[in-house]
Amino acid sequence: MKLSINLKSNLKLGSNSKHIIKKIVIKSKTENLSEIRNFISENAIEAGLKQVEIDDMILAVDEACTNIIKHAYKSYPEGEILIEVDYNNKKFTIKLIDYGTSFDPESIPDPDLQKYYRQRRVGGLGLYLMRTLMDDVQYISVPGKYNQVLLSKNLNNSN
Amino acid sequence: MAEFNTSVNDKGEISVVSLKGFLDAHTANVLENTFSNLLEENKYKIVVNFEDLSYISSAGLGVFMAFIEKVRENGGDIKLTSMSDKVFNIFDLLGFPLLYEIFKSEDEAINKFKE
Repeated sequence: MKLSINLKSNLKLGSNSKHIIKKIVIKSKTENLSEIRNFISENAIEAGLKQVEIDDMILAVDEACTNIIKHAYKSYPEGEILIEVDYNNKKFTIKLIDYGTSFDPESIPDPDLQKYYRQRRVGGLGLYLMRTLMDDVQYISVPGKYNQVLLSKNLNNSN
Repeated sequence: MAEFNTSVNDKGEISVVSLKGFLDAHTANVLENTFSNLLEENKYKIVVNFEDLSYISSAGLGVFMAFIEKVRENGGDIKLTSMSDKVFNIFDLLGFPLLYEIFKSEDEAINKFKE
């Protein structure tokens, strides 16, 4: 299947370490999740991350994008999700921007699996996974304009 | 697009569901349909083999949550087997080993039903 993806990349030279930034824009459909995972994987491999770190990031980004598709865009398939990776030798950050409905992540408690079992509900698992798998998760919402999620992992390779 | 499929093999009264590929928010409905069909046929003793499953997200985990209660109400269970470490870690992070029996091999899971 052909996807409409705009691919841009550029290099930004910082004062002490080289930043690499790459972006794609993807439509808000669950069938595009595999494309998103591949984009994260390719860049994380290029950044020299360990496989276990790559797996964590792929899942965290999948969960974030699934939430965007289902909640911010309420399964409307023509919404845009901008995905930008930005890394240097210290940190790998993924920025996700959407233009759908905002939400307050603080209003979502950590999941209680026993309660989910009784109520047969599974919402909130994705957010919990994102917070667990990444070193930092930050949300910025400008209601009516855009929502931004920043997911980052500190890189411990001191070379 | 990620590929995912299931295959069902009956071993006596036990249904073994083998998962293959990538189980995410796009493909979770394939597994939902598989479980729905089993329940329609009153098959409640289910072993799910994860050996060929490469990836799972919370949407996939949610499918197990959605069916487990009905299965147990009918005297059955969903037992899980043959997970890679990567897939097991996700189940573990979310506390699933408290709610589901997870076995190393398919035979162990099948035998547990026979006890």
